[in-house]
Amino acid sequence: MSLGVVLFASTHFAIRAEKLVKEKGFVVKLIPVPRHLSSDCGVCLRFSWDLKSKIEETLNHAGVQMEGIHCLD
Amino acid sequence: MGEKIIYLDNAATSHPKPEAVVQAMTAFMREVGGNPGRSGHRLSIEAGRIVFEARERIAALFGVGDSSRVIFGQNATEAINLGLKGLLRKGDHVITSSMEHNSVMRPLRALEREGVALTVVRCSREGFLDPGEIGRAIRKNSRMVVLTHASNVVGTLLPLEPIGEMCRRQGILFMVDAAQTAGVMSIDVEREKIDLLAFTGHKALFGPQGTGGLVIGRRVDEKTLQPLKRGGTGSRSEFEEQPDFLPDLCESGTPNTVGLAGLRAGLDFILEVGIEKIRDHERKLTSRLIQGLLRISGAIVYGSGEAEKQCATLSFNLKNWTPSDLSFRLDEEFGILTRVGLHCAPLAHKTVGTFPEGTVRVSMSYLNTEEEVEQTLKAIKTLARKGA
Repeated sequence: MSLGVVLFASTHFAIRAEKLVKEKGFVVKLIPVPRHLSSDCGVCLRFSWDLKSKIEETLNHAGVQMEGIHCLD
Repeated sequence: MGEKIIYLDNAATSHPKPEAVVQAMTAFMREVGGNPGRSGHRLSIEAGRIVFEARERIAALFGVGDSSRVIFGQNATEAINLGLKGLLRKGDHVITSSMEHNSVMRPLRALEREGVALTVVRCSREGFLDPGEIGRAIRKNSRMVVLTHASNVVGTLLPLEPIGEMCRRQGILFMVDAAQTAGVMSIDVEREKIDLLAFTGHKALFGPQGTGGLVIGRRVDEKTLQPLKRGGTGSRSEFEEQPDFLPDLCESGTPNTVGLAGLRAGLDFILEVGIEKIRDHERKLTSRLIQGLLRISGAIVYGSGEAEKQCATLSFNLKNWTPSDLSFRLDEEFGILTRVGLHCAPLAHKTVGTFPEGTVRVSMSYLNTEEEVEQTLKAIKTLARKGA
């Protein structure tokens, strides 16, 4: 199964996003931002790529601003 | 300390704290200890969650829709400095009241020297503010009205809603110093139309010292806000410029995470008990204290004189006693801890008519009891009878 990550401007938004999608029952994990995607020292939200549209929808609906969504393959 | 103490200096800092606050801080030190938002490992993330949840609870308590607009800092003073110095520029006009603490007055006097015009609206001897006086002070270049919610000297509440309304109508920012009321009075930034709300964590919110913050309302454009400090935020690390979004814009350097862990527990305590119940209890204590003091021969009570119109803080003096002697004897002979002097608010004392002698200030918290108020009244009565 492919994995993807959502990047955020700040840890605040990453943790908010994690809380929101976990409340929907999706299995996600906060991980360090992969170096090839950004040089931020923060975290991003890892998810199973087949959940991409549902996660995007949840975060858009709650007004969480995303900095990007990337497939890790 | 084996001796029984009655702590009545909660307007300086609340004591004791709910046990859960102490436990949350110990648990953070023992089991978490990471730096929030700096690394990707589990302890850093856990620390980040604690800060996030503290922010969410502040947002819930004050009716803030977006918790990223809650900025944490050291105390209310830092928050007030951020709001004032961060937004006021040369040529702006700012209005405040004569009941303010030095945390408002000193930054304003410094800004005055830099070309910000300042109007200080006089309050009555009881500490009341006529909203019309604020209206009359408004000029074309008025940018902000900054007011304390309740006097830290006499406890009198200022009328936020009509002034917030007026500011909104005229396009003026409204900043409130809630150091004395956050956690005991119902505050809703939407209802009271507050654009900037400064709060402290270590008073009625039951957090530890070294916590506080500023709620930055939606009407404040953060692009126009100058942070007090710049530095590491854990975000946008590849850039040498400060991030331009909240909360990172205004939160540089490692935060007081252990303090925020305690504050989160304090907020949980308040949200669980409920502001209404806290206010009711404090009102009852205040009412009893005022009534009891008024019956003591030679006692002079300052402020509104009505529990309904103030928070659980009041000032008094005894005829023929200097405040410092009275406060010292209450401590030495009865273990009753009050605060004496000018309470960092010289202008408020001038307004009340107690400058430069000052007063004895009694300030209660939700954790004080009616029994403690009775004992305090008895002690004051005993000293009044004895004479200085």
